[in-house]
Amino acid sequence: MPLILDHVSQVYNPDTETPVRALDDVSLVLPEGQFIGIIGHTGSGKSTLVQHLNGLMMPTEGNVYYNGKDIADKDFNKKELRKHVGLVFQYPEHQLFETDVFADVCFGPKNMGLTKKEAELAAFDALRKVDFPNDLYYASVFELSGGQKRRAAIAGVLAMKPDFLVLDEPTAGLDPVGRYEILDMVSALHKESGMTIILVSHSMEDVAKYVERVIVMDRGKVAYDDTPREVFTHGEELEAMGLGIPESTRIARMLKDKGINVDPDVLTVTEAADSIYAAVTGNNK
Amino acid sequence: MIRDITIGQYYQTESPVHRLDPRVKLLGTLLFIITLFLYKNPAGYALGIVFLLAVIKTSRVPIRFITKGLKGILVVLLLTVIINLFLTPGTELVSFWKFTITYEGIGVALTMLFRLTMLIMGSSIVTLTTTPNNLTDGLEKGLGFLKIFRGPVGDVAMMMSIALRFIPILMEETDRIMKAQLARGADFESGNIVKKAKALVPVLVPLFVSAFRRAGDLAMAMEARCYRGGDGRTKMKPLIYKKRDAIAYIILFSFVILSVWIGRWQVISEFFNSLYLRFILK
Ligand SMILES: Nc1ncnc2c1ncn2[C@@H]1O[C@H](COP(=O)(O)OP(=O)(O)OP(=O)(O)O)[C@@H](O)[C@H]1O
Ligand SMILES: [Mg+2]
Repeated sequence: MPLILDHVSQVYNPDTETPVRALDDVSLVLPEGQFIGIIGHTGSGKSTLVQHLNGLMMPTEGNVYYNGKDIADKDFNKKELRKHVGLVFQYPEHQLFETDVFADVCFGPKNMGLTKKEAELAAFDALRKVDFPNDLYYASVFELSGGQKRRAAIAGVLAMKPDFLVLDEPTAGLDPVGRYEILDMVSALHKESGMTIILVSHSMEDVAKYVERVIVMDRGKVAYDDTPREVFTHGEELEAMGLGIPESTRIARMLKDKGINVDPDVLTVTEAADSIYAAVTGNNK
Repeated sequence: MIRDITIGQYYQTESPVHRLDPRVKLLGTLLFIITLFLYKNPAGYALGIVFLLAVIKTSRVPIRFITKGLKGILVVLLLTVIINLFLTPGTELVSFWKFTITYEGIGVALTMLFRLTMLIMGSSIVTLTTTPNNLTDGLEKGLGFLKIFRGPVGDVAMMMSIALRFIPILMEETDRIMKAQLARGADFESGNIVKKAKALVPVLVPLFVSAFRRAGDLAMAMEARCYRGGDGRTKMKPLIYKKRDAIAYIILFSFVILSVWIGRWQVISEFFNSLYLRFILK
């Protein structure tokens, strides 16, 4: 069941002399099954946007619909919505609280009303899906590394078996290897279970390689909403928004400008390498 | 949700009150509170209200923000009014079951209501128009004379400014943590008091962990920059009285003198009354 945002605006501190219009007339349709990337410069409203998806924030103007129902309605069951739309926040430290990882991951499913047994099965399944190291299942949540905390936090939401998995900057503060491990893991989740994934990031590099749709946020507005390839043709505009395009795409463009016949729309390093190889060996169509 | 608490909240804007030296504002509040207890007649109350409204107007803080502080102590206010209303002995007005309301009771209840409301509103103006840093600077300098008695004024001021600085940070953090747990289906609203208290554990644990971590980081950062205690520290922006502060002091003292004068009206008339009574009775 799709999530629909209809002319949603959000204003922080509306009564003061410095109101912040964090979202400005955002309309989006998020159908099930997609792998979506939301990118934008810091402060562009990404975190604000995703909190509207599971009813943690209510729009100042406009409406959010899930399953054909307005989530602002009095009789709308928000807990039910939060079961279907799982949101993992930017900082795992904000949600880990139990004595050990396994108990912490059980917290979500228990709140959903599952029995202890069912919750533990769900937790086990979730920890396995995020490739959490077996020997750390009963370690203290405060003794984990950054990447392990991140996995534990994702598992904590995954254990509720949501249809939508929304990840706010899941790679912040990780080294490149850790980053790609997390992203590969998320990508595998999408491929294997067909789960809808919404990935918030400010790194084009991360997003380009994995997602099928990119939503670019700029000062609270949706600037672009298209496939990565299409969005990256707007290199200059993206640059003006403080974003820039993937390194590989940029190099391919520069070569193209210098008169070398490479494909300017490549997204990944592999594609760029292939295209350059083809150009220099003269095999280009 | 948690943002509605206004303790120590600063309202950012440009106004003459904002620009005043914090010492003026602190002493002003103290004097204002003292005058509240001088008034013995409606003329005094009116003077107090007019003065407060004038200050609020000059401060450009919307009145809503100032009355917001009252909401928090609404229960205390009501309780004071009720207790005074029913428990003051005197001339009976109405009486039902075990309760009696007296004329004196109404008088005392209204007086208490007035004093408490004005007290809260008066002191919230200071915090609303002064940044926490300025406030502690003002306290440090204003109480500087205590150093003669070896009071650790500098250290206390530093502790206060850190504590004040941490309030909004921790509130924001609480908000974020609550949201993160709500997203996992936590429920802070339903159930009885035990259940509600238990529901706070998933919020308090991460909050304490992060508060301790922050405090540790801050201590380390201060040490790395050679902080050794408050003695002999100089200020980047030392507090210096300006002309506007002198004007504010003049207005303030005029108000105090006026208050004392108006406040004594009743006292004076009572004095004459008693003389008169004594004279007649003799
Ligand atoms: N609680 C709040 N109160 C007031 N303003 C806020 C609040 N939260 C966010 N803002 C403001 O709203 C705007 C959007 O913030 P948001 O956190 O959604 O940005 P973001 O795109 O997630 O940024 P980042 O990449 O840094 O996480 C910013 O200008 C921010 O200052
Ligand atoms: Mg964010």
